[in-house]
Amino acid sequence: MSAAVVVGSQAEERARARAKLLRRAPLEVLWAVAAFGGAVLFVVPFAWMLSTSLKEEAQAFVFPPIWIPDPVKWSTYLDVFTIQPTGLFLRNTVIVAGLAVLGDVLSSSLVAFGFARLRFRGRDKLFILLLATLMLPQHVTLIPHYILFRLLGWVNTWLPLIVPYWFSTPLAVFLLRQFFLTISYEVDDAARIDGAGFLDLFWRIALPLAKPAIGVVAMMAIVTRWNEFTEPLIYLSTKDQFTISVGLRAFQTEQNFLHVPVLMASSTVAVLPLIVLFFAGQRFFVQGISLSGMR
Amino acid sequence: MLGWYSRLSFSRKEELAGYLFILPWLIGFVVFQAGAMVTALAMSFLKADFLSPPTFVGTRNFERLIDDDTFFKALGNTAIYALGRMPFVIVIGLSIALLLNRDRWGVRGMRTLYFLPSVTSGVAVALLWIWMFNPDYGLINSFLALFGIRGPGWIWTEEWALPGLIVVSLWGVGSSMLIYLAGLRGVPVELYEAASLDGAGPARKFFRITLPMISPTLFYTLITGIIFSYQVFLNAYILTNGGPNNATLTMVLYVYRKAFQEFQMGYASAVAWVLFMIILLFTLLVFRSSSAWVYYEGGLRRTGPGT
Repeated sequence: MSAAVVVGSQAEERARARAKLLRRAPLEVLWAVAAFGGAVLFVVPFAWMLSTSLKEEAQAFVFPPIWIPDPVKWSTYLDVFTIQPTGLFLRNTVIVAGLAVLGDVLSSSLVAFGFARLRFRGRDKLFILLLATLMLPQHVTLIPHYILFRLLGWVNTWLPLIVPYWFSTPLAVFLLRQFFLTISYEVDDAARIDGAGFLDLFWRIALPLAKPAIGVVAMMAIVTRWNEFTEPLIYLSTKDQFTISVGLRAFQTEQNFLHVPVLMASSTVAVLPLIVLFFAGQRFFVQGISLSGMR
Repeated sequence: MLGWYSRLSFSRKEELAGYLFILPWLIGFVVFQAGAMVTALAMSFLKADFLSPPTFVGTRNFERLIDDDTFFKALGNTAIYALGRMPFVIVIGLSIALLLNRDRWGVRGMRTLYFLPSVTSGVAVALLWIWMFNPDYGLINSFLALFGIRGPGWIWTEEWALPGLIVVSLWGVGSSMLIYLAGLRGVPVELYEAASLDGAGPARKFFRITLPMISPTLFYTLITGIIFSYQVFLNAYILTNGGPNNATLTMVLYVYRKAFQEFQMGYASAVAWVLFMIILLFTLLVFRSSSAWVYYEGGLRRTGPGT
């Protein structure tokens, strides 16, 4: 008899669960529509850029807009590389951003190691000073930097876009320091007994362990260096030095918006490496932003 | 050769090593930040172009600022932009975060899609938005036309250009969403369970638990958001170049024009210093309010070995 009661209550529970599910169903549908619809809304501009880039010029200027180009005009992507030296711009950007990020990661991890793992007088005060510079606007120091690099004869070279990043950046130091703090000190002690110096502790122990954190820092740095516009705008004046951002700007002023497809094709080419990088390393970005609360 | 080094005590060695490790930052700080700031301040008292040697003009640059209507226009535009976009950033960012704060198939992928535009923030995307804003053939007005709304002239009209720039910036709301998601994750589940037992509905839970618990995060993103918005340059330069009729002239764009197009380095430095003072004010707000330390808490409390 008690078993029958249990069976009965089980059936009841199942019925209740089903009723709850039914009651919730409209809410769930609403959720899916809102979440998915919103996501589509955020991606639509990219789709629009791609669609426009494959259209013939006349087809870009019709109302209502056409989404699937007819015919699909692939040759515009060849024009992107022949009208402008876009290939050269991309190569320049890879070199400049690559060298800047390399220096940023190297110097920032050295500095972060110092702040996290070594004791010296004034360390915590200096670190607060570093945190304060997180907020220092790049543009206030723009003019003094320009004058300094002019005096050094570095204007119209890549050096102003690379060298400052070899002196660490506050956000990278902050993130890496947080990570270095979590490494156990027992490893250090053991290595010290084996006669390891501070540089060994950094290079052989801390740095290999910090690979995920370095991934975060490098990804965020690559994106900001790739998108950087102000610095190349004021320092670079000859076209063969241009990075992709100033190259696109030059294209914009030369082409004007009558030639929308070729502008959109150029934009697609400029953005594509970032999108690929983003999908390859998105967990790094998510971590970086969640950890630092910056951007 | 390193005999003197081996004679040092361990803690002395550690101290020396510590300074050597942070040396890149120290040099960078002195040259590129502190030194540059002082230079910028000094320059604001000079008349300096690259044609003749600089001359000391006292406070004349700052006196000129007071009579400069264009400067005040830039000041106002930047304030409207920076303060005007933040309510939208918070409401939209938080709404998406609440929507995606659950473990369910597909949520991860959707977060990625929302976040993607904030990664691609360069000239390419600015060009895309010029096309999006095209009054006749652009996507935005075409979409509005579906509902029978005749869209405005956006970046080509004085009254809609600045709102247009805000719209562009809201496309990058995904990074704020991620920060809010991290904040939402930090709210203890027990609080919601206890509230459910007391019969609290979703709205009550949101206003009594969620909102108070993530308010430090909201405050922090509000202030840093304002600080970063004050430095808007790229979109104002590419989309509108400050126009029409200076409707989108921002402070950094004004600094750029004065310094690098008109070569008034001293005057531009004065403008830059006003911008710096405004940003400093907001930075002090962050540092003064203890709740804003939420992100640094873990870092500053744990100060390494021996402490």
